Amino acid sequence: MTMIFGVPLPALMGQLLVGLINGSFYALLSLGLAVIFGLLRVINFAHGAFYMLGAFAAWMLLAYAGIGYWGALMLAPLIVGVAGMAIERLMLRRLYGLDHLYGLLFTFGLALLLEGTFRHFFGTSGQPYAAPEALRGATNLGFMVLPNYRGWVVAASLVICLGTWAVIEKTSIGAYLRAATENATLVQAFGVNVPVLLTVTYGFGCALAGIAGVLAAPVFQVSPLMGSNLIIVVFAVVVIGGMGSILGAIVTGYMLGIVEGLCKVFYPEAANIVVFVIMAIVLLLRPAGLFGKDS
Amino acid sequence: MSATRIDTAGMPARRSAAPALILLAALVAALLIAPVWIYPVFMMKLLCFALFAAAFNLLLGYTGLLSFGHAAFFGGAAYVTAHAMKVWQVTPEVAILAGIATAVVLGLVIGAIAIRRQGIYFAMITLALSQMFYFFCLQAPFTNGEDGIQGFSRGRLFGLIDLNDTMNLYYFIAAVTVLGLLAIWRIVHSPFGQILKAIRENEPRTISLGYSVQRYKLAAFVMSAALAGLAGSLKALLFQFATLTDVAWNMSGEVILMTLLGGIGTMAGPVVGAAILVGLQNFFATSGFPVTIVLGATFMICVLLFRRGVVGELAHWLESRKP
Repeated sequence: MTMIFGVPLPALMGQLLVGLINGSFYALLSLGLAVIFGLLRVINFAHGAFYMLGAFAAWMLLAYAGIGYWGALMLAPLIVGVAGMAIERLMLRRLYGLDHLYGLLFTFGLALLLEGTFRHFFGTSGQPYAAPEALRGATNLGFMVLPNYRGWVVAASLVICLGTWAVIEKTSIGAYLRAATENATLVQAFGVNVPVLLTVTYGFGCALAGIAGVLAAPVFQVSPLMGSNLIIVVFAVVVIGGMGSILGAIVTGYMLGIVEGLCKVFYPEAANIVVFVIMAIVLLLRPAGLFGKDS
Repeated sequence: MSATRIDTAGMPARRSAAPALILLAALVAALLIAPVWIYPVFMMKLLCFALFAAAFNLLLGYTGLLSFGHAAFFGGAAYVTAHAMKVWQVTPEVAILAGIATAVVLGLVIGAIAIRRQGIYFAMITLALSQMFYFFCLQAPFTNGEDGIQGFSRGRLFGLIDLNDTMNLYYFIAAVTVLGLLAIWRIVHSPFGQILKAIRENEPRTISLGYSVQRYKLAAFVMSAALAGLAGSLKALLFQFATLTDVAWNMSGEVILMTLLGGIGTMAGPVVGAAILVGLQNFFATSGFPVTIVLGATFMICVLLFRRGVVGELAHWLESRKP
């Protein structure tokens, strides 16, 4: 058997894949956080809760309406996005003029509320959600066996991340968004409806978390607590990447997922904390983050 | 000079100390007679959390730093105190000092890293570092993982006073809490506290006045951590256990809510907030309605509708009625 640094190749590749899967979710979630923060200057603590909501929406669509995975992949992010827009419109909007910390505290309360509600009705044990028929089974790549669904998660998240990046960097809607990030008042003076732009952006960021939730549903169990543990790691990812760039958020997400996977092979005791250790080191060497602009 | 424009931050120095002394006397009197009507264990829990929230408020209310990781100091100190009582078999005061020392070391490390960024980043960094400490506690052998440290005797204070007696324990915790609150009051109303408030109001200007802001922030952070550790140690002594709940991020959230609910940057606010929240938790723990939902909803309502908190709104109302 091929060995690399004393570790069998399939084991190494297996953990790399797990890392890449986790990295896909880190990237999708930190991308959404970066998009929302860029325009609204709100750190969306409820992002993990929206991710959980996406997974639960997929599960409920199947359990109560008989709508399968592919339908849920379209509908669940829509549901989560609309819920996000409603919250922005009705409540979050009132906090824009204040210290940014209030946005963080408000969304923290929202996360507790959503999580508590789902815990009350569904318990903490988690519901199983099967992968779609077309993506079951596995493919032998020669050096490792790749479960089809996991390959799909990585591919889908890459497409979504790069698609989002392209929309923001290359289209006229993206140009409005970037302009409003720089100077909202001026953009409004040019006739762009900035309040609507804010609402849509928040909804879009939440929908990204919803998509991540649907993708995650067959990999992990659909549980009310699935988001809260993830979101803190994603915060660390965001601090490491720096919030300045969309591409930075994506790259850092994948990178840290892979580092975490490698850590599981070589030093498993530290796998839970490696992201936080990296965060501390980055802060000591480059406080603005790897891709952040110095402020 | 119009008096209404100036808030508590502006002019504490020359104000008469009489109202504060009356308030203190009332507090001490209330604490002395409270056990007649109120279940002492509930009172002690409330006092521990009041001290915890007041320590947190020293940082948020008077220095303007939102730490989302105070559970690390509270829970870390609780673990060490419990471990010292159970394994080292030391007297309670030594165990509490060991807990505070732990909180100070944690505060130095976490604080030194976190003060490199400001605002929202500061909050996220403290949260991430405290989560790292949570995972450490989950895996370290001395914490017993999910079971926690439990089943130790409270021992005798200074080898003399038996703390297994509920009333002895009550008066001990009440005395320590009052001393802790006094220490916070003293810090806030000292020249050092004035500089902290200057940092909160305008950091660049404080730098330009020649103060090394980073050192003051770190000092405030460590003091806040030490007092939070004291609260955690008392809590471990009271309930005779220390578990992962004490270091989890929910605990950091709860202490923020207590401070927000009572009034950020007020002396009495955290105490009032802790009383309301511990009361709410006690009430809903028996009702079957999930406490998390109540906490979340309270958070949202507080942020949206009364950001000054109970005490802050009251003070504002009294101020607005003055001719």
